[in-house]
Amino acid sequence: MVTPLLNTVGATPADLGAARGQMALSLGWHIVLACLGVGMPAITLLAEWRGHRTGDVHYRLLARRWARAMGVLFAVGAVSGTILSFEMGLLWPGLMGTYGEVIGLPFSLEGIAFFIEAIFLGVYLYAWERLPPGKHLLSGVPIVLAGVASAFFVVTANAWMQQPTGFALRDGRVVAVSPWAAMFNPATPPQTVHMILAAFMVAGYGMAGVYAVAMLRGRRDRYHRLGLLLPMTVAAVVTPFQIGVGDWAAHFVADYQPVKLAAMEGVFASGRDVPLHLGGVAVDGELRYALEIPYGLSLLAHWNPHAAVRGLDAVPPGDWPPVNIVHWGFQIMVGMGMALLLLAAWLAVSWWRRRDIPGTVWFARAAAVSGVAAVVALEAGWVVTEVGRQPWIVFRVLRTADAVNPAPGLVYGFALVTAVYVVLTVATVYVLRRLARDVPVPVAPQEPDVSGYKVV
Amino acid sequence: MGLPEVMLAVLWVGLTAYVLFGGADFGGGVWDLLSGGAGTGSRRRELVEHSIGPVWEANHVWLIFVIVLMWTGIPSVFAAVASTLYIPLTLAALGIIARGAAFAFRKVSTRLWQRRLFGATFAFSSVVTPFFLGTAAGAIASGRVPPGIARGDLVTSWANPTSLTAGALAVGTAAYLAACYLTRDAERTGQPDLAEEFRRRALVTGVVVGVLSAAGLLVLHADAPGLFAELTTGRALPFLVLSVAAGVASLPLLWLRRYREVRVTAALAVVGLLWGWGVGQYPVLLPGVTLREAAATTSVLAASLGALAVGAVLLVPSLWWLYATFQREHTAGKEQAET
Repeated sequence: MVTPLLNTVGATPADLGAARGQMALSLGWHIVLACLGVGMPAITLLAEWRGHRTGDVHYRLLARRWARAMGVLFAVGAVSGTILSFEMGLLWPGLMGTYGEVIGLPFSLEGIAFFIEAIFLGVYLYAWERLPPGKHLLSGVPIVLAGVASAFFVVTANAWMQQPTGFALRDGRVVAVSPWAAMFNPATPPQTVHMILAAFMVAGYGMAGVYAVAMLRGRRDRYHRLGLLLPMTVAAVVTPFQIGVGDWAAHFVADYQPVKLAAMEGVFASGRDVPLHLGGVAVDGELRYALEIPYGLSLLAHWNPHAAVRGLDAVPPGDWPPVNIVHWGFQIMVGMGMALLLLAAWLAVSWWRRRDIPGTVWFARAAAVSGVAAVVALEAGWVVTEVGRQPWIVFRVLRTADAVNPAPGLVYGFALVTAVYVVLTVATVYVLRRLARDVPVPVAPQEPDVSGYKVV
Repeated sequence: MGLPEVMLAVLWVGLTAYVLFGGADFGGGVWDLLSGGAGTGSRRRELVEHSIGPVWEANHVWLIFVIVLMWTGIPSVFAAVASTLYIPLTLAALGIIARGAAFAFRKVSTRLWQRRLFGATFAFSSVVTPFFLGTAAGAIASGRVPPGIARGDLVTSWANPTSLTAGALAVGTAAYLAACYLTRDAERTGQPDLAEEFRRRALVTGVVVGVLSAAGLLVLHADAPGLFAELTTGRALPFLVLSVAAGVASLPLLWLRRYREVRVTAALAVVGLLWGWGVGQYPVLLPGVTLREAAATTSVLAASLGALAVGAVLLVPSLWWLYATFQREHTAGKEQAET
């Protein structure tokens, strides 16, 4: 082992802020692409399989279109993920220099999974004409499995930052590691399941949203209805489970990271019979203007209206995360989740009664924004997880300020990266909108409602 | 040989694969840049796009593999390299984003101005990215990255004779490999005129890269005498000989249009260069830091190498299938059409 990796000269507050901003921007950007990368292949394969089984040309067209979009999204996701692995060292050498080996195993496994994803995606996208339909379908299965596996592996590493286990320190150096114990830390089960279900929700509602917009513009043919129905069904099935898993994750936080829970709920004073706060703003050590539901938090967090809940006062203010950001992030995530649950229920009731999607324009409107809502919930939830962990980069082990690269000028790097991401965002949205507007090729020219469509 | 040595060898295999495959994809971008106007260059660009389209993402994963293995196996070295070489590595990362995204965007764009814009971005970043990665390699090779976090000079660590030569060599190597590979791809897709063009380009680039390598040795002599001594008289000499021999042999093979064979010799020339550097510098990773001092704990190395071994059982046949599918495509296409 080399000289102890202590920063003799720390980064300036501006550089620390820039490093955090850059990480938040690139990770917050990549997480959306990653979710699509996990969820889209499964939904696309489902459409291809339905097309194969029923011979319905609409399913086949949908599968082709989605595969085409997937090609773009996967490429952008792959490169926006690569910069993250650079940034782990560029921005947080104090974390990686000491603890890189502790979280190395899940990243090695993720590398393998990502490799498999990339290989089979190449085959799936480029060999469509060359493989018989059954084989082609099979070539997509490893993409789905590897995508879910990569999400699992990456999130275990983040879970370790929340619940660091599986290593021993002596004089600031890691002297013994059990990599499997680090990977399967207490936070791993709730966090990984919550993330993987979120990926399917983002992909499902997001894809459905595209067709809902088309329906609002008057295209209510079978192609567009299936384009809405299939992805939204996947997302709607996942949603109630996600609410349950979210509850599990919150209980986990209540037990293992009480300070984060206190910030999520805006609880400053420890006590019993703690109410649930809706809304409100934290000012000067108290939550103001919040709607209180008596006993609510004690009941939700510990299944007992009189249970004790630790407040922020359990630790010194220097160890508090930014309360308003975490509190509002949590409220927004839960609000969006509940709204999506209602939407899912609406679809379920309509399907059960009439075997059709609800006919009202309000459903199409709600479906059109459901993708955005899912992304907002995703980002808000991620903010709760990550900002709620502050000021620690590794919970109770290493402070974020001690992990940052002390090199001067991180602010300029952040400005440059931001500029690149603005351009990347504009270009991605533009290209995807163009792709959504082109209409697919008629595989069977006799199909009237897709004729006039240019093929893939 | 203990686990740290195995880990370093695996890391170097990954780096070699990245240079041979990912490097050639960057080289494709270099040739895209030099393809000429939208009209005359379109067939060349199509060939490049056709060749790298299905495989570049898989090839790109080798880089992630190298980075992850670095922070797992030699974490303090990773931290020292990333923090001191913050500037070139940030630029390389942005280049990677621009290259991959623009390539994918161009593929689905139809209008000329869009194809031009995305194409130019793709091609330009294909030159910039290997250059900055090369400067980072030169910084490590010339001992300018001290241990510790951000202890090296943020500018001269990568803006120095060895780094600049290594950057130029990285771009040249990428272009050379791509030209060699593209000759065979052009021949296979029934475009003998393009094969001829890339043959000429490969010949010229081959000579340029050869001269650059020789110049690089002179630079090392002045800038990194330790590594120079190992390469010319020490353990690394066999690799240097291999590189020179394979590089020289490639030229007559290209002249004789032995495109399949030239793939092997061109790759061997690059392999010799990389392993010569690795063996020449071993066991010192950073000034005053040897592999044994920097290596992660045994349990980590064992778990990660074990996982990679199991992973290789899945990966190797999959990769083989990917390349075989797209290298055989034309014959397969004909068979299908006949049945």
